[in-house]
Amino acid sequence: MSMLEAALGPHAVFIVGSYVAAIGIIGALAFQVVADNRARKRELAKFDRRREIAGADASRAGAST
Amino acid sequence: MPSITELANPTRFMSLSGRLLPWIAATALALGAVGFYGAFFTAPADYQQGETIRIMYVHVPAAWLAMSFYVLMTLSALGALVWRHPLAEVAQKAAAPIGAAFALICLITGALWGRPMWGAYWVWDARLTSMLVLLLIYLAIMALWRTIEEPSQAGRAVSILTLVGFVNIPIIKFSVDWWNTLHQPASVFRMSGPTIHPSILWPLLICALAFSLLAVALHLVAMRTEIMRRRIRTLTILAADRADRMPASGIAHGSPAE
Repeated sequence: MSMLEAALGPHAVFIVGSYVAAIGIIGALAFQVVADNRARKRELAKFDRRREIAGADASRAGAST
Repeated sequence: MPSITELANPTRFMSLSGRLLPWIAATALALGAVGFYGAFFTAPADYQQGETIRIMYVHVPAAWLAMSFYVLMTLSALGALVWRHPLAEVAQKAAAPIGAAFALICLITGALWGRPMWGAYWVWDARLTSMLVLLLIYLAIMALWRTIEEPSQAGRAVSILTLVGFVNIPIIKFSVDWWNTLHQPASVFRMSGPTIHPSILWPLLICALAFSLLAVALHLVAMRTEIMRRRIRTLTILAADRADRMPASGIAHGSPAE
């Protein structure tokens, strides 16, 4: 901490704390936003796969009749 | 250049935002690096605050963004209630957690600046209190979105709450003029121009631009997520309807009456 205090003065802990808090909150927000986006993408892809399978089944059934 | 009505199409929005996102994110990171370099290495210490002024490069952009995102939410609420813009509700819902995060950053960094400068982490000053109220409004809006399951009903309720909560924005902005506060008055957005020296002002503006672009990038990702969530909901309802109809027809075929 003494190196930080030499560079940023006696209130270095408050300055560093501010940046750590800001980066931590933005990092957590970005992580949550991106993770949510990926989860929804996976879910939507699952629906699309199911629809493709259902479509293929329907066309097979149509061809057999 | 596509008009607002053309962008109202979620498919078009998804394609355009997908193309823009990497550029916005990359520019935000590059500007953030330049801004933080300026904040720590080129900007001088303040003659009164000393090195503690470096907290301002995070605190001030966070405050601006917390208020800007609320203005964005208010415009979206109007868009949803008056013009029934298809993306307005999506934009409104996606903006709330981002605005709340910046309001929280503003309050925490403000407290960490206040301790060495004022001798207290917190005072019930008009600016600080109205900022805390903004965070609470954001949290209430996020809670309301989760409370009502039907998105269009939730959207209407949230829009009304957002419009009511907007009264707090001018209070935050002008609190330092209307009341005798410990918080210093505006020093950048003033009719007579900024009172900050350019050596401090430029890194601040670059940091603000970097934070803004980062917030826009996060907002676009959150909007894309919300559009996908609504598609999934529609598909789930359609699948459930289909499933409901199938066993019913099976029973009809196999009924004793046949």
